[in-house]
Amino acid sequence: MTVEVKDVDGTHVIALSGEIDLQTSPQVRAAILESLGRGVPVVVDMSDTAYIDSSGVASLVEGYQSARGKGLAFALAAVSEAPMRVLKLARLDKIFVIYPDVDSALRAGG
Amino acid sequence: MAEPTPPRAADQPQEGGRLLRVAAHPSSLRAIRAHLRAEAEAMGASAEWIADLVLAVDEACQNIIRHGYRCADPDAPPREDCVIVVETAVLPAGPAPAAGQALVVRLTDFAAPVDAAKIRARDLDDLRPGGLGVHFIRSLTDDCAWVPPPPGAGNVLRLVKRLTAAPGAGEGEET
Repeated sequence: MTVEVKDVDGTHVIALSGEIDLQTSPQVRAAILESLGRGVPVVVDMSDTAYIDSSGVASLVEGYQSARGKGLAFALAAVSEAPMRVLKLARLDKIFVIYPDVDSALRAGG
Repeated sequence: MAEPTPPRAADQPQEGGRLLRVAAHPSSLRAIRAHLRAEAEAMGASAEWIADLVLAVDEACQNIIRHGYRCADPDAPPREDCVIVVETAVLPAGPAPAAGQALVVRLTDFAAPVDAAKIRARDLDDLRPGGLGVHFIRSLTDDCAWVPPPPGAGNVLRLVKRLTAAPGAGEGEET
């Protein structure tokens, strides 16, 4: 699993590739919270996320709550099929702001 | 003092299945998922069915690692005395209409016995990080229950996920 952070005009696009599980979710959590801690809005690019479990979902929920507390934008983008099924199972597809692709998310301001 | 060695009784297939014995450590989850995918693919299950099975078992193993052994730190080395035995077995299709083939997964650990009465899924409307594992396990399996462990083992969680039999057919078809 890799976590890649890119600054795109003041928004951090955090790309998560591979499988997010109990082993790798701490990296996801750290990257999201570090960006938000700097006051930077976040778009999580999940186009190459092959798998996510409850620990990965917990990292996203923590990011969502942290962003809300700071008044920052936090969105998911290009969520691939398998992770989307997991988000739906947790009914989080109705909670998170989810865009079909990263460009849409950036145009909307994260 | 040497750590106790789990007894061989837990390493014997209980339902005629295949065994995978791994350290109870976050780094083992990838191997567990690969093992389950291979077993389910051999049954001819769909990608969705396999994904659901893999997530349910991953979550159950996570619970053992986190709450049973308290070995969830990915940076800590695996402990020799913290082991999960994953047994998979295919149950043949039964009489129609709803009894297609099933995959049975038995997870044996050597941690303290679980108090099943205290295990519950959280309310999904209570938005907070964590607490989704039990919901995933129960939603994605047809049956999950602790069964009596063999001598020396702590717990055995038995998960069952069925393929639905096609109407009038003896062969299973995944849902």
